[in-house]
Amino acid sequence: MTNKSPNKENVHQKDESAVVSEAQEAPDQEYSDYTDTELMVTIAARELRDGESVLVGVGVPNLACNLAKRTHASDLRMFYESGTIDSNPRSLPLSIGDPVLASGAAGLVPMYEGFSKYLQAGRIDVGFLGGAQIDKYGNINSTVIGEYDDPKVRLPGSGGACEIASNSHRTLVITQHQKRRFPEEVDFVTSPGYLDGDTSREELGLRGGPEAVITDLAVMRFDDDGEMYVESLHPGVSREDVQAATGWELSFADETGTTETPTTDEIRLLREELDPDGLYIGGG
Amino acid sequence: MVEDTGARNRLADMSTAIRSAINDGDSVYLTGFTHLIPFSAGHEIIRQGYSDLHLIRATPDLIYDRLIAADCASKVTFSWAGNPGVGSLRAFRRAIEDDIPSPLEIDEYTHFGLMTRLAAGARGLPFQPVKTFAGSDLPKHNDNIRKVDNPFGNETVYAVPPLNPDVAVIRAQRADPSGNAQVWGIEGEISEAAHAAEQVVVCVEEVVEEAITRSDPNRTVITSADVDYVVEDPYGSHPSYAQGYYDRDNEAYLEWDEVTKSHERTEQWLEEWVYDLDNHDEYLEKLNTERLLTLDPDSDYATPVDMGKY
Repeated sequence: MTNKSPNKENVHQKDESAVVSEAQEAPDQEYSDYTDTELMVTIAARELRDGESVLVGVGVPNLACNLAKRTHASDLRMFYESGTIDSNPRSLPLSIGDPVLASGAAGLVPMYEGFSKYLQAGRIDVGFLGGAQIDKYGNINSTVIGEYDDPKVRLPGSGGACEIASNSHRTLVITQHQKRRFPEEVDFVTSPGYLDGDTSREELGLRGGPEAVITDLAVMRFDDDGEMYVESLHPGVSREDVQAATGWELSFADETGTTETPTTDEIRLLREELDPDGLYIGGG
Repeated sequence: MVEDTGARNRLADMSTAIRSAINDGDSVYLTGFTHLIPFSAGHEIIRQGYSDLHLIRATPDLIYDRLIAADCASKVTFSWAGNPGVGSLRAFRRAIEDDIPSPLEIDEYTHFGLMTRLAAGARGLPFQPVKTFAGSDLPKHNDNIRKVDNPFGNETVYAVPPLNPDVAVIRAQRADPSGNAQVWGIEGEISEAAHAAEQVVVCVEEVVEEAITRSDPNRTVITSADVDYVVEDPYGSHPSYAQGYYDRDNEAYLEWDEVTKSHERTEQWLEEWVYDLDNHDEYLEKLNTERLLTLDPDSDYATPVDMGKY
């Protein structure tokens, strides 16, 4: 047992006509399907712009950054909480302190320096966040399910998430879309989003805020009041599906779109070069 | 073996260093963010049967999970308690959720909050402001996270007090016998914790001549005046890694996730891998050389710099 077994996931065919027998498979058609994780990675990658500094996590965020670097954002800079600056990993890191993030980095600083001189001072454009629960104002819980002093489930806690949520110029949230993960109110605010909505985030002097929530069902953004709404539904997903997996009455964009699916080139890069063992993208 | 440097010689074996530096009830910080975690020192603390320790680490990792399962601790200060890249720290959770083997008091921060406490401790400051915690629920549960007025403006800001552990056990790739210690790769909180602590134990992959550390002083994270013991302890970070020496043994991190599914199995593991062994040499022997060799990276040397002869 050297690797985690690949996630069992839904595999989506982009087009029924693309389903052909293996013998006939043309190079492009080999990459015409995609898994939920591959879709989330490509959506996240497209949110990143060339030249930006990104505070990355392992798994989907790391793949999204590497995919963006290989497609439209070759000058993306990857930072990790461990104090690595402009990492250039030759293989998939197992943790945010993996040696592949140190070898070949542009700089390495002690953790206190990374959090203070880089994140707090405003040098991080985009931060990635995840968590056990997210509410309609984008507040995230990664601390505890139940009461803090008498937990039902004790989760790992903030790590750097609270300061990433407070000091990045914007954040991207990646999570599975399930009702227990999308309650109207989180059990504990680990990482502040738009708090109670309206101007409550601004009043605390926090920088940025969540820009998009990317799930296996939809892409959501936040309106002027800081409330989450559905911008696009993934192919084959209905409004009812998303609502059923959400703990409050969701708003939808006036013209709710369909999420753009991964290109064959993006899927090829992910499967052949970025995650050849299917460690994170699974199914492939 | 490197020769004795007289009055400045701080070389000790692990058992002596731990016994001399740590007392029951002490606050102890074992450093290293994923990289250079003092596992063998932690195993020695368990073997010597310590109790009532206040353990401090940003990421408790497997080593504090083991110390907690072995009932060495009554309190943990931390900021992210997970098995990095794998999942939960089950022994830590069992102590908090079910008081097994004993109740465990927690004192929780964010990474930046805890790093700032160490930074204030290392610098002799009464408190230090941080731009984090606002809007989070953590301050409601931790009286060490307080709001202060900015004396130069119209805002309030959160602040944390200094943290000065009784003992810091750090790992470095190399040190000379006097304790000048050098790290490359991810430095984490090694230097902050070492300068904040009252006593410092330095465990290294290699003890080298003082001429070597002095040839490259930019690499030094702590110097001899602040070091109490130097322990030569190759592979002492296993199953975490030492940049340039060996990679993380991920199989061990995955195994721990299985082992800790029950407290009984965890105790059996501790029996087999800690209590039944006299020291780290026996641990390495039991682990077997082939497994260790698979963790060795190919060499990739940094270009030497010319310090100039002045």
